[in-house]
Amino acid sequence: MREFMIIFRQAFITKAKSKSFIITTIIMVAALFLFANISKLTGTFKSITGGGDEAAVIQVIDQSGRLFEPFKQQFEANESEITIEKSDQTEQTLAERVEAEEIDGFLTLTLNQTNMIHANYTSKSMLDYMYPMMIQDALQSVQTALKAEELSLSGEQVSTLFAPIQFDQHAVSSSAKSQEELNQARGLVYVLMFLIYFAVIMYASMIATEVATEKSSRVMEILISSVSPVKHMFAKVAGIGTLGLLQMIIIGAAGFTAFKMAASDLTEGFFSAFGFNDMNVGTLFYAIVFFLLGYFLYATLAALLGSLVSRTEDVQQMILPMTLLIVAAFLIAVTGLGNPEMTYLKVASFVPFFAPLVMFLRVGMLDLPVWEPVLSIGIMLLTILVLGTFGARIYRGGVLMYGPSRSLKDVKKAIQLGKE
Amino acid sequence: MLRLESVTKRFGNFTAVDDLSLSVDEGTMYGFLGANGAGKTTTFRMILGLLNANEGQITWSNSPIQSTASSDIGYLPEERGLYPKMKVEEQLIFLGQLRGMSRSSAKNELKKWLERMEISHYAGKKVEELSKGNQQKIQVIASLLHRPRLLILDEPFSGLDPVNVELLKNAIIEFRNDGATIVFSSHRMDHVEELCEQLSIIHHGKQIVNGTLRDVKRSFGKQNVRIHSDYDLSALEKVAGVGSVQRSIEGAVFQVESEDVAETLLMEALKAGPIRHYAIEEPSLQDIFIEKVGKQYA
Repeated sequence: MREFMIIFRQAFITKAKSKSFIITTIIMVAALFLFANISKLTGTFKSITGGGDEAAVIQVIDQSGRLFEPFKQQFEANESEITIEKSDQTEQTLAERVEAEEIDGFLTLTLNQTNMIHANYTSKSMLDYMYPMMIQDALQSVQTALKAEELSLSGEQVSTLFAPIQFDQHAVSSSAKSQEELNQARGLVYVLMFLIYFAVIMYASMIATEVATEKSSRVMEILISSVSPVKHMFAKVAGIGTLGLLQMIIIGAAGFTAFKMAASDLTEGFFSAFGFNDMNVGTLFYAIVFFLLGYFLYATLAALLGSLVSRTEDVQQMILPMTLLIVAAFLIAVTGLGNPEMTYLKVASFVPFFAPLVMFLRVGMLDLPVWEPVLSIGIMLLTILVLGTFGARIYRGGVLMYGPSRSLKDVKKAIQLGKE
Repeated sequence: MLRLESVTKRFGNFTAVDDLSLSVDEGTMYGFLGANGAGKTTTFRMILGLLNANEGQITWSNSPIQSTASSDIGYLPEERGLYPKMKVEEQLIFLGQLRGMSRSSAKNELKKWLERMEISHYAGKKVEELSKGNQQKIQVIASLLHRPRLLILDEPFSGLDPVNVELLKNAIIEFRNDGATIVFSSHRMDHVEELCEQLSIIHHGKQIVNGTLRDVKRSFGKQNVRIHSDYDLSALEKVAGVGSVQRSIEGAVFQVESEDVAETLLMEALKAGPIRHYAIEEPSLQDIFIEKVGKQYA
C-alpha cells in the first residue's frame, strides 16, 4: 500500500503541478466565464461600435398592384428589421443593384387567375435564409387575408380556423420527465456527455503516453524492480484518474459559478433551455459515476496498450483503435439525444465500451427502472476487473519488451514474457 | 549471500542464460563480463525478480528474492532509467521512497550524495538538462541512496570521465567494506580486475570462465613475456610453445604456455644481443576475455 501511495502521489502531483495542466485548466475556466457572459460582452461591444446591424433593404416589384400595401403592413406590424420599398425599375437593373450591394434583395410579386400569390425572390447568394423565411411568412398572411376576403370570412372566422387545439400530455409514472424537463435534461446531458467524452479521451491517452515515457526512459526497470508491475499500473491509473476528477470538479465549479453570476440575463431564453438554472442532482451524480467508470475502463486499456510500445512516438498509433471506440460511443450517444428510446441505444448501453456515454444519456433523459443503470454499472465494473487482470498480465511482460513493437500482435508476446 | 544455482532462462527456443551458477559473499564484489547480448541483463533481471528462471534457483540470504526485499536492493540499469522531465531532487526522493526511505531521510541522504558527487548545483534542474555523465551520476545516486545490502550495477562506469570513475569506484568500495554484496557487469576489464574478488565471463548464455581472479588467471595456463630489446626478435616467434605475439616499438610481448618456454625465450633473445627489459607477466583479463570469447566468434 505504501508503494501504491508513493506512485499514486507521484503520478498525481507531478501532473497537477505541470504547466500544461495548470494552463489548460485556466483556459477552460476562462472560456466558461467568457461563454457565460457572452451576451453582456456583445452588448458592450455593440454599444461601443454604435448601433446594431443596419436594416436590410428589399425592393418589391408588385405586378398585381394589390399586394404591396398589405405586404408592407405585415412587416411594419412585426417591427421587422427589413425595410420594404416599392420599386418601378426592371428586374435587370435591380439584379445589378443587388450585385453592387446597394440593396439586399428584390422581390417580384404576381397574382394568377385564382388569386394565388406567386413570388420570386432574388438575393446575392443562397446562403441568406432568414429573409426568405420572413418574407414567405408575411406573404402567407397576405394570401390568407386575400382568400378570406374572397370567401367573405370575417377576421374572427379566420382566427377560429387557425386556432390551435388544446393538447396536454400526461405520463403515468410519477418520476417521468415532462416535455419541458426533457428539453432541459437534454442540454445538461449533452454538456456533461461531452465533458465525459473529452475527459476520458484525454486522460486515457495521457496514461498511455505516461507508461510509454517511463518505458522509453527506462525508469520502468527501476520502478518495477521495487513495485510489482500490477501495483504500479493501478497506482498510475488511479493517480491520473484523480487528476481528471479534480479538473472536472474545477471546471464544473467554475461553470456553475460563471452561470450563476451571469444568471440575471441568462435565465431567460437560450440558457434555460440548457437546464443550467435548475441542475438535476441525480444527473450530476450519474455524470461523475459514469465518468469514473468510463475513465477506469479506458485507462486500463490505455495502460496495457502503452506498455506495448517502446517509444512515445508510437503511442498515438497504438491507441487509435481505442480512441475510435470512444468516438463511436460518443456518436451513438449523440444520435440518441433526439430520441433516447431507440432500441439500439438500449443495447449499446449494456455494451461495456459504449455504456459510459450511452447509459448516461439514457439515465439522464429517460425514466429508467433502477436495475438498468445498476446492471450497466455492474457490467462495466466486471469489464474493468477483467481488463485489469488481463491488462496486468500484458503489462508485466510489455514493460520489459523493447524493440519495434507497434502492433496488437505483441499482446501474445507480452503475455508470454509476463508469465516468465 | 547471493546464490544462483544452475539457473537457465529460455525465451521460446532461444536460451538466454544456460546453467549459470555463482555465489557472492557479503562484503565482496562479483564481476560479470560478457560481450553484448551475452545474457548479462537477463541474469540481472532474474536476480531482481523481474523475470523468473525456467530452471534453477536464485536466493538472497537463503530465501528467494521478493519485491518486499526492494529496500535491500540497489539497481543501476544499463541505460538511463530516470524521468527526463522530473527535477533531480524530486526524482531522487521519489525513487528513495520507493525503496522504503522516509521523505526526510531521503532528502538528507541525497544532499550528502550530491555533494560527494560534486553536483549539488543541479538539484533543482530537470534530468534532461544534464549532460550524459551527470545523468549517470544521478542514476548511481538513485541506486545507492537507500544504502542497499545487495547492489546490482549494470555497466556503472559507462559515460563517466576518469575522475568520476574514481569517485564512483570509491563509493562502491565503501559499500563493499560496509558488508554489501555487489554484482556488476562491465566491458572494462581493468575495472573488474581492480575491484572484483570473483568473476564470470559469459558468452551466449554460457559461463565459460568462472572463479576468483587468481584462479582464473592461473587456470588460463598462459603467461606473457615482455622483452624490450634494440635487436631483432623475430627469431623468437618460431620458438616452440609461443602463442600470439604482439610487437611494440620497444620490443614484443610473447604469450607462452609455460615458464620453461619463458626461459628459452630469454636465452634466444640474448643470442641476438643485450636486452633492456625482461619480465614474466600474468595474463590480463583482457587477454583471457579475447582468447575465450574471441575464439568462439572465429
